[in-house]
Amino acid sequence: MITLSHYLVLTAILFCIGLVGILRRKNLLMLFFATEMLLNAVNIGFAAVSKYYMDLTGQLFAFFVIAIAASEVAVGLGLLIIWYKRVGSIDLDTMQSMHG
Amino acid sequence: MEKYLYLALFSPLVGSLFAAMFGAQPKKLITGIVSSALLFVSLFSSLYLLYYVVTTDSIVHVKLFDWINVGDLAIPFGFVVDHVSVIMMVTVTTVSALVHVYSIGYMKYDEGFNRFFSYLSAFVFSMMILVMSDNFAGLFIGWEGVGLCSWLLVGFWYKKPDVTRDVNPSISPSWAANEAFIMNRIADLGMLIGLFLIYWNTGSLQYDVVFQDVSALNIGLVSLIGIFLFIGAMGKSAQFPLHTWLADAMEGPTPVSALIHAATMVTAGVYLVIRANPIYSAVPDVGLFIATLGAFVAVFAASMALVNQDLKRIIAYSTLSQLGYMFVAAGLGAYWIALFHLMTHAFFKALLFLGAGNVMHAMDDELNIFKMGGLAKTMKWTAIMMIIASLALAGIYPFAGFFSKDKILEVAFDSQHYILWVMLWVGAGLTAFYSFRLVMLVFFGEERYKKFGFHPHEAYWYMLAAMAPLAVLAIIAGFFEEGFERFVTSILPEYHFHVHGITVVALIGVTTLIALGGIALAVYKYSRGGFSEKWKENPVYQLLINQYYIPVIYEKLFSKPYAELSRIAWKELDLRVVDATVDFIANVIYKSGFKGRVVQSGNLSSMLKWMVIGLVVLLILVVLYSPVR
Repeated sequence: MITLSHYLVLTAILFCIGLVGILRRKNLLMLFFATEMLLNAVNIGFAAVSKYYMDLTGQLFAFFVIAIAASEVAVGLGLLIIWYKRVGSIDLDTMQSMHG
Repeated sequence: MEKYLYLALFSPLVGSLFAAMFGAQPKKLITGIVSSALLFVSLFSSLYLLYYVVTTDSIVHVKLFDWINVGDLAIPFGFVVDHVSVIMMVTVTTVSALVHVYSIGYMKYDEGFNRFFSYLSAFVFSMMILVMSDNFAGLFIGWEGVGLCSWLLVGFWYKKPDVTRDVNPSISPSWAANEAFIMNRIADLGMLIGLFLIYWNTGSLQYDVVFQDVSALNIGLVSLIGIFLFIGAMGKSAQFPLHTWLADAMEGPTPVSALIHAATMVTAGVYLVIRANPIYSAVPDVGLFIATLGAFVAVFAASMALVNQDLKRIIAYSTLSQLGYMFVAAGLGAYWIALFHLMTHAFFKALLFLGAGNVMHAMDDELNIFKMGGLAKTMKWTAIMMIIASLALAGIYPFAGFFSKDKILEVAFDSQHYILWVMLWVGAGLTAFYSFRLVMLVFFGEERYKKFGFHPHEAYWYMLAAMAPLAVLAIIAGFFEEGFERFVTSILPEYHFHVHGITVVALIGVTTLIALGGIALAVYKYSRGGFSEKWKENPVYQLLINQYYIPVIYEKLFSKPYAELSRIAWKELDLRVVDATVDFIANVIYKSGFKGRVVQSGNLSSMLKWMVIGLVVLLILVVLYSPVR
């Protein structure tokens, strides 16, 4: 029997993987992937809790998250491509033009 | 009538502003002439108001506009011309108009000519507000205004450097100005407390309301009000122990000494006591204290005048002494006599100072009377007028001082305060002696000035002409006594004498005798070369010439410790505690910023790391402190 806890554990694991990805990856593209993992981890959480409480609000919210994630990626990838064309690299360590 | 009231009040202000327009420019004769002319406008308006009040026996009361209207506090800018204030107005404008004319000559070569007239007229304006206001708040504005103008004028030659006390007892004009101002602030605090007490207990500052309510108040409270108001009067009228500033204020130009520090401003304290007579009538004990202090100052100041060698300081001490006489009369309930002496004194003391100004001009600002002598030959008119003023001051019939001063002695005797009477009687003798010591040393005897290379000359004709009316008044003012009494006692309480006939005659005789004795002694001694030099070693002489060491004591007791306290507050408290705290906070923030700025590396990875760390910390906090468990 798969209970709510299983879903939430999965959510947590996915979220942690995403977090580590954000922290460790130096490639900007990989960073986007990691962000997607974070968002989708949360989406699973929303869907699971929504099902558990028999309340559609959570699933509705998940749709919003998907929509926003899509637009975010669209904008982000656009910027990324321009950056790549200019600099020739999407490595995070080369993007340090402003520092204290 | 309102028109004349406003004319009398505001003409000096217009004159002052006119002169102020040329304040920074080189001398312009027009400023002196315009401000003097406006003073005469004020004088004639005041005289017309006097005529009006005398003939109709009614008072003029106007409200210019509401000044403060907050909650229950309503203070209008109101002015009243009644029997007392009209006398003050006429006295003030008479003396100041003449002093203005005199100053045109006296300040002829001074580079601050325009500035001088601006200040002088501003002073008259403040003084008019002081005497004409119909409430204590207006009086206080005038009170502070004259204090400010006094400060400006005493320190008129502010460029003179400080010297030690041995060279010049007043150190420097700016020092003297500050001393006068600060002493008056101390007294003004007392006065303000008095005003607060009045407002708290009567709910008003209008004279008529306050004086009506005062009888209903607790006697202790009224005493307190009386005492605090008198502290204010003590500062302005330079009564002991706040007297040191007046002699030092002689650093100002001589017309200023004549107008402010003899005739008008210093009498403001007496005016306050006269004006607040319902308060002081209710508490005879406070009145007795005032009278006692007055009698003490009368003798105390006269004793210092005996030995002083400074022409102006002698006259300044005599002013102090005469103010003491006025306070005796006011304290014993003879308000109209105090006012009468105030008026006559204003005339002859201004005359005396203006004469001293002529002498100073002739002697290139030399003040030591032992360097003068025999000046009567070259300065005949000045000598005559100074002798008239001195006779009036000494209280010789038929000069003005005789009538007013003798009345004060009569009051002291009549109210059975025989000790006060003896003090005043001795004071009268001392007054006569030092006045004629001065006259003898300056105008008669050996011409010592020749040794010092001075070439004295008589003053300009218009300076003498400005003095002439004062000389006439110094002679005849006394004969107005009966009319004056009838006039002012319609609002001031009358004083009923118990002694009559032979006693009065005897009193007058005894007083005249001691005055004549003082004069005779001075004339006799100083026509033969004066007292021997041995007197100067006498401890009494040393005590008197050093002003009872009071300035030194004040310096040691108050100024020095206060300066030390200020230094500690500055060096130890302000720099080490306050500044250090502020600097520490600033340093912490600055340094933490400096150290912490490496966080802003610009590297997205590390910034995300910090963000995650922050997130984790917040999560932990939420888990630990969450109210929902």
